[in-house]
Parts: sequence; C-alpha cells; structure tokens
Amino acid sequence: MPEQTYLDAVRAGLAEEMRRDSSVYIFGEDVALGGPFGATKGLAEEFGANRIVNTPISEGTVMGLAVGAATAGLRPVVEIMFIDFITLAMDQLVNHAAKLHYMSGGQLKIPLTVRVQCGISGTMGAHHSQSFEAWLAHVPGLKVVMPSNPADAKGLLKTAIRDDNPVVFVEHRGLYWSKGQAPDSDYVVPIGQAKVVRQGDHVTVVALSSMVAPALAAAEELAKDGIEIEIIDPRSILPLDVESIVISVKKTSRIIIVHEAVEQGGIGAEMVARIQQEAFYYLDSPIVRVAAPFAPVPASPALETQFVPGKEHIIDAVRRVVGAP
Amino acid sequence: MAKKNSSDLIPLLRRMWLIRAFEEKASALYAERQIVGLLHLGIGQEAVAVGVCSLLENNDYVFGGHRSHGHAIAKGADINKLMAEIAGRATGYCAGKGGSMHIVAKETGFITATGVVGGTIPLALGAAFAAKERKKYQVAVVFFGDGAGQAGPFHESLNIASLWKLPVIFVCENNGYAEFTPLSAHTKIKRLAQHAKTYGIPASTVDGNDLFAVREAMSKAVDKCRAGKGPIFVECLTHRMRGHYEGDPAKYRELSQLAEWKKKDPIARAARALKSRKTITDKELEAIEREARELVEKAAEFALSSPWPAAEEIDSLVCAATT
Repeated sequence: MPEQTYLDAVRAGLAEEMRRDSSVYIFGEDVALGGPFGATKGLAEEFGANRIVNTPISEGTVMGLAVGAATAGLRPVVEIMFIDFITLAMDQLVNHAAKLHYMSGGQLKIPLTVRVQCGISGTMGAHHSQSFEAWLAHVPGLKVVMPSNPADAKGLLKTAIRDDNPVVFVEHRGLYWSKGQAPDSDYVVPIGQAKVVRQGDHVTVVALSSMVAPALAAAEELAKDGIEIEIIDPRSILPLDVESIVISVKKTSRIIIVHEAVEQGGIGAEMVARIQQEAFYYLDSPIVRVAAPFAPVPASPALETQFVPGKEHIIDAVRRVVGAP
Repeated sequence: MAKKNSSDLIPLLRRMWLIRAFEEKASALYAERQIVGLLHLGIGQEAVAVGVCSLLENNDYVFGGHRSHGHAIAKGADINKLMAEIAGRATGYCAGKGGSMHIVAKETGFITATGVVGGTIPLALGAAFAAKERKKYQVAVVFFGDGAGQAGPFHESLNIASLWKLPVIFVCENNGYAEFTPLSAHTKIKRLAQHAKTYGIPASTVDGNDLFAVREAMSKAVDKCRAGKGPIFVECLTHRMRGHYEGDPAKYRELSQLAEWKKKDPIARAARALKSRKTITDKELEAIEREARELVEKAAEFALSSPWPAAEEIDSLVCAATT
C-alpha cells in the first residue's frame, strides 16, 4: 500500500468516482484551478471545465443549484472552501437537500456530497477555523462524515459520492498534509461504522477527526504508567455508531470524548447521552469531555495553541477518570 | 407556438377554471377545518400559471414557491393527489409529508414547491444545468413572487444563470404584496425585470392577468431558451384576490383596489376574448365551470375519504436507501 497525504487521498477519491460515473460533477470556488489547498488539482484537465465548475462566491445559491441538479439526475459534489462559510448555504442544505426526500414522500433523491474543510490550523482566526459538525448532525436527512486519515478519507468520500442522500464530508485542514497508507484500489468505507484505532482495557477514548493523532500520542505516554486506553474513531457522527462505543465502554467502564469543536452543545454531548442510556450500569466514573473552550477561535498564535485540545488535555482527562494522580 | 387556433385555447380556459375551483374548494375546506395548517392561495393569478405551463413539455422542469397549487395543476398534477396532500392524507402526492407548501409531482415535471421565499430559484438553475449537459433541449422554469426579489439567492441566481447561459426562465409573479406589505415598502425598484437587465438577462413585463400576453412572452422565452441562448426573465403583473394566507383578513389592502383587480379577473377576460372570437358560447363556458367544480368535488371526496398516514411513517423516508 502506498503512503499518501490526506489531500492526495481526497483527490484520488474524487477522480476515481468521476471516472466511474459521468453524472458526478464538482462545483465550487476556484475548483478548476485546484482550490486553495489542491484538493481538485488536475481534475479540470482530466474531466473538463464542464464537470469541474468554478462558481462565483455565492455559497447559498451554489448549494441550491447542486440540489436542483441532483433532482435532475446529476450527482454533484459541492466544495465549500471553509466550513465557516457553510453558514451561507445552510438554508439550502437544511431546508431542501436534507428534507426533499422526506417531504416528497420519497419521489426525490438528493445524491449530493458537500466537501468542506474545518478546524484550527495555521492561525487563521475565528472565520476560518470553526468546527460546526454538531449543527449538521442535528438535521434529519443529512449524513455527516469526518475522516481522520488518508485511507478513510478516500474510502468514505467514495461512499459519500455513491450515497443517494446528502452527505457532508468534513475534512480537517490540519490533516491535509499528514501521511498514511491508503490502497490504490477501488475500495469503499461504509458510512456509520466506527473504527477501533487502538485496543486497551482501562479507558475508552472516543476521538474525532484531528483528535485521533493526539489521542494516539497520549496513549503512548499513558502506557508507560500502565494505563492502556482504547481509542475509537467514530468516522461519521450522523449516523453515529453508538454500538461500537458501547461495546468498548462495557469493557473499560470509563470513557472520555475528545473533539476540537467547543464543548457546549458539541457532538460529545449527544454521545454522553447515548452512552449513559445504553451502558449506565457499566460506568465506574463520570463521562468526561475534552473539547475547546466556549469561545470563538482566537487569532493570536499564543491563544490558539491553548485553545485546541491536545495530548496533554487527553492525558489529564484519562488520569482523572481512572483516579490516578 | 403561441399562435394556436382559438379552439386550442379552450383547454387552457378549462385548466384555469380547474385551478380556481380547486382553490375555492380548498378555501371552503379550510374554513370548515377539514384542511388545516398554512394555506396560501393564488386565486386571481391563474393566467400566469396556465399561460406559462401551456408552453412547456412534460419533461421540462417547473419549480414553485409557497403559493403553488396552481403551478402544479398547470403542469399537469392530479388534483385528487394534490387535494389529498393538502389535507394531509396518505394518498397525497407526498404521502402527507409535504403539505400545501411542499408539493412535489415529479412525474409531471413539477419538481418542488418550497416554504422558503425564493428558495427554489437556485434549484431551477441546477435542473437547467443538468438539462444543458444532457443536451435534451429541456428548460427549467421557476415561479416566485415580488417578495423574493429582495432576497440574496435571487440576485446570485440571476448572475449565475446569465454567466453560464443556463436554459432557465424566471417567472416573477409580481402581485404587489410581499406578505403583508406593498412592494414599495421593500424596494425602490418598481419592475423587478429591471434586475434581470442588470445581470444581462433579456426581460419583459407583461399583464399577468392576460392569458394571451403571458403566452406570447413565454413563447418567445421558451424558444430562445431551448435554442441555447440563455436565461429569460418574465415579470407578470397580477394580484392575489385572497390574503397572504387563508385567515389573513388583508386589511392592509383597500377594498377599492380589490374591486379594480376584480374587473381584471383573468378567467373572465380569457372567456370574453374567446367569446368575442366566437370560439365558445355562454353555454359552453358554463359547462366548463360546472365540470371544473364537479372534478374538484370529487377530489375533495377522494382526499377526505383517504386514510391518514400510519404512525410508523413519522420517521420513514428520512434517508433514501442507496441503490
């Protein structure tokens, strides 16, 4: 298996699906030029400017246009350059993309993929660093995917494009240049299946997207003290694979949840509710969340570094739930 | 294409009556609380719906707004399934999950209405984009009101449609009121067609209560659009004879204004025109109205005798099964 970056994997996933299905079209700002990070680099050359469509800076209308194209038989992929700007397209995403299948009594299908990158990376300030996945996961009719590594990025993106529902594919900008093994072959990763990234008996750590890497780093350090954590990457938060999390917590009896989004109202809160419902009598300590403080993302590098949850926060939380000093 | 023989226009009059009778019946059922929720009627605007859709093929795409029963009927929707949907029944177009503002009659090409003002304008662009790529000479038509003209997606959509030369026809039903307030309280622009010109889109403003004027404008629009010459904007000046929704007493509107518009009733005008051409007799006109009312009575009977959706339907069809 070749090693490749997360961005390469995204690009490979797009290209493979466009070769496979002529109804796949990409819409977005600067996509024909490769976009700001190169996710669509070279695609216009291979597939033509009619299928890799540069759009004006009109997120709401482009999202609606993609929904309309989906009702008429295309399988559009919309790129929203930063998740911060999905706010401009929420009307179309929430009121049309997510609901038209249901509201039409099943007459319409909206096979739409929304590629968007989120998160803190590179001190870009409060309008280019947010994590909104919990908003999206509150909307019936959407699917929300958050891959943490190149192999999952490619496999999940291919599944998203083939899905007959609107899927918001949330990439993390901070992961774009991280490398991992990803097969060259045509493979797919099912949406709605968590992955046990590391096995351990003492504490379950649910780590989302960019938080998987610091969780792995924390695991190494904790292992030196004899604390073995089990790391679960949910990979998608809608649908959420509660079962895999519950199986793990029934083994470890302790659980922490780590995400980069602010803690209040975050997807961790939903996980806590589901875990206590399904595994209350297995828990030996309160469920702890490790997440960003309830504030906009600060611009200064001095503040931003402290804002992002990291290895040390995870280690602290694990020690707390096992009662270790 | 607009220059049909006069006798070919009789089905259009029939269709206008069907819409009128349908909405009057819906209004009556609403008053009896047999239909509940929000009901936005387009009584008085039938010439726009029928004039526009009479120039379209079955595989052309139509998108509506929140006041779109007439658009769906004009595109060929089955009035039984439509009435059942508005009444929330399992036999409705959307199995009772859509309701009055969310009609979808896909097999007729009526793709969707929406509860969000201006919300379907971008959707029509998407259908037009797909049509253009498939090179099947289909067009997409979107109906919206003057209230949508001040919304962002309206302007973004005109820009993109023009930029990409999409086969989309923007039909603005300018009925003078955006919800409860006159258009003059929303914008300094009197004719929304003016915006189209800003974006380089050919536009015209016509008497929307004149079936023949609407058809003439639409005929040119459809020809140009199908020929790949890009989008067209048709502004139709009209008036809704009811409130914004059923139950709205519409006190913001002068009675004299209503009386003026009543004189311009689109159905009566079309009927007079056909009569003066000796295409139709009074007796035949009466029969058209009577038949429309009979069909609508049957639709109401069908709707009200239909079952309610089963409880387990609440969370079915939230997601589509991927095939």
